[in-house]
Amino acid sequence: MKISIERGALLRAVSQAQSVVERRNTIPILANVLIEAEGDTVTFRATDLDIEVLDKAPAQVERAGGTTVSAVTLHEIVRKLPDGALVTLAEDSAAGRLNVTAGRSSFNLATLPKEDFPVMASSEYACNFSAKSDVLRRLFDKSKFAISTEETRYYLNGVYMHVADADGGKALRCVATDGHRLARIDAELPSGAEDMPGVIVPRKTVGEMRKLLDDDDMEIAVSVSETKVRFATPDITLTSKVIDGTFPDYTRVIPQGNTRKLEVDASEFAKAVDRVATVSSERSRAVKLNLDEDRLVLSVNAPDSGAAEEELAVAYGDDALEIGFNAKYLLEIASQVDRENAVFMFNSSGDPTLMREGNDTSAVYVVMPMRV
Amino acid sequence: MPALCRDCLTEFDQGTRCPACRRPRVVQHDELWDLSIAHMDCDAFYASVEKRDNPELADKPVIIGGGRRGVVSTACYIARIRGVRSAMPMFQALKLCPDAVIVKPRMQAYVDASRAIRAMMEELTPSIEPLSLDEAFLDLTGTARLHGAPPAVMLARLVKRMKDELGLTGSIGLSHNKFLAKIASDLDKPHGFSVIGVAETEAFLRPKPVRLIWGVGAAGQAQLERAGIRTFDDLLRWDRQDLAARFGSMGDRLWHLARGQDHRRVTRNAPMKSISNETTFHDDTSDPDILDGHLWRMCEKVADRAKAKGLAGRVVVLKLKRADFTLITRRTSLPDATQMADRLYRTTRALFEQLADPGPYRLLGAALADLVPEEQADRAPDLLDPQAEARAGAERATDAIRARFGEDAILKGRALR
Repeated sequence: MKISIERGALLRAVSQAQSVVERRNTIPILANVLIEAEGDTVTFRATDLDIEVLDKAPAQVERAGGTTVSAVTLHEIVRKLPDGALVTLAEDSAAGRLNVTAGRSSFNLATLPKEDFPVMASSEYACNFSAKSDVLRRLFDKSKFAISTEETRYYLNGVYMHVADADGGKALRCVATDGHRLARIDAELPSGAEDMPGVIVPRKTVGEMRKLLDDDDMEIAVSVSETKVRFATPDITLTSKVIDGTFPDYTRVIPQGNTRKLEVDASEFAKAVDRVATVSSERSRAVKLNLDEDRLVLSVNAPDSGAAEEELAVAYGDDALEIGFNAKYLLEIASQVDRENAVFMFNSSGDPTLMREGNDTSAVYVVMPMRV
Repeated sequence: MPALCRDCLTEFDQGTRCPACRRPRVVQHDELWDLSIAHMDCDAFYASVEKRDNPELADKPVIIGGGRRGVVSTACYIARIRGVRSAMPMFQALKLCPDAVIVKPRMQAYVDASRAIRAMMEELTPSIEPLSLDEAFLDLTGTARLHGAPPAVMLARLVKRMKDELGLTGSIGLSHNKFLAKIASDLDKPHGFSVIGVAETEAFLRPKPVRLIWGVGAAGQAQLERAGIRTFDDLLRWDRQDLAARFGSMGDRLWHLARGQDHRRVTRNAPMKSISNETTFHDDTSDPDILDGHLWRMCEKVADRAKAKGLAGRVVVLKLKRADFTLITRRTSLPDATQMADRLYRTTRALFEQLADPGPYRLLGAALADLVPEEQADRAPDLLDPQAEARAGAERATDAIRARFGEDAILKGRALR
């Protein structure tokens, strides 16, 4: 194999590959990226056995063929090359090396045979549809903070993407929860997605897929089966196994009957929470909310380290209420609000609280109070 | 050189026999009247208590441990001569010493004896740091005026009282810090009294192997050996920066210890790091029901101790030992610390299921680590487990019933498995 490729295109392709590769590997070839050249394109493929990314780039192919080299090393080299350089990758199969040259720099990298590279078995996808990148971006960006890291409940270690009945009919819905907070985000159901099986997209896949969504208005081809999910742009294809488990019935935990309504400027609220939480010495920083007639008092009382209090003008017309939350959870849900006021719906100090943006029910958050 | 008779407590100047009682149990050292950090370690504590309470055992090899399958918890000095050691599997101990008398531990008797010793120590100083039932650090700095005698005399009096009034012997290590005091107490066991002074500290340590350092086990030793460090002498050749670079935070500590420096204070209540409980089965088992019963009982014991101490843990640990003695530990962090047996059980149970290892096992244990005060625990209910609150309520009620009517007043069905 011998190809020449522009540094920018190479960097984009290799950086996607190297981020999929696991840093600590017991199988040497999994640290490598598979490079294959054919016609006028070169493909880069990397995998951690759960996720596979395939990236195509245009290149001048002098000699077709393929090999594998360390993804991290190749990425580091390309990153350090000057912008606009023309990079030549030439395989020396007799020596088992790949020569990387650009201008006066030349590198010589150890290779492993491409035949040993594990390629994810292709599978049939029951459902194929196309979605705008900004739609997917919103679905996953607003839900991913609630993904659990608890290994014992592995089925919570991802975002549950499925078709659901929403207020305005069927919706494409993403849900994530760790048992303490929950995010439920809806988007209009793309045509072709009606029969999509519900799948739990793993945390790492969510992070990798996010890199495909940076351009607005890009059409992303989504394919879903019971065991795999695939996101593809014209250049990049990301295939991932989904978490083999059952996502819990989250509809039961979304409170329906909460009537005490608080409306507050989300960013003022977040800043105040952040300020008062400073004095807390505990790791789960508890903040107390005291609500009364258009007045919210946030307070933290940490016997060992001090106390803090801040008052906010809010819209609240119900009975006085005292309720505690983990400051981090409040900050995270408040930061999801970007256009209108945050609307909290409370029941009692022991019941889950619901938060949404204005009257928009396409993104709702549930947060469990904590005893303070 | 100042000298002290350990039998009649006469203070005198130099000599290997006491000028008053003519007995040879004398300790002498240039710094004898100046040193004040001590480590007291009872000699074969559990076995000594058993021998005291049952004189028939006096001249027999005695092993304290749980049944045929457990491990040796303590061996008396007669059994130790035959090669029996603490933590040795019982079958191995019996191979070495077939005529040994195996005594099941009577924890209450040991706790009582330990309390009596503790009371005697309290008369010496308020700075006591117990490491277990049978050993403790004592800081007697500044007590000489109060007692009208230097620390060495008070310590000799302590072990003499232990022997006369409780029938138990202990060994004293006296030095200028905890690290050296602990080493010293081990030099002249049983019924010893050893002193390591400031002047000879470096010379004393130089030829000694680094495994003397508390906390350097087999793995640590291997790690040090790879760096060419076997003795304190080797350690002294290292720069402070190089040690820190190679061994991280331990490196700096090693640098100090190599010079016999240890600035840790004797603290009355060294913070507890974890609460654990484990059991070795009578027979290896892979029966999920039996294992489940053991798991629940272990979790309940850990939770009981956590509640008694007002603590809770953020990290849950499951420990299993396979029939071939390979050890498996699995740990997970909770978003919200707990002291409830129910949450501990459910978490360890999930860890166990994830193992997907059929066994058979010979040991099972559970632990809570990363401890926090109970006020910071069990505060954030789980959205996905609405029944948890009810179960927690039931557990608190159960605790109240047991506090009033005894441990067996109410049990979970699975505790009977």
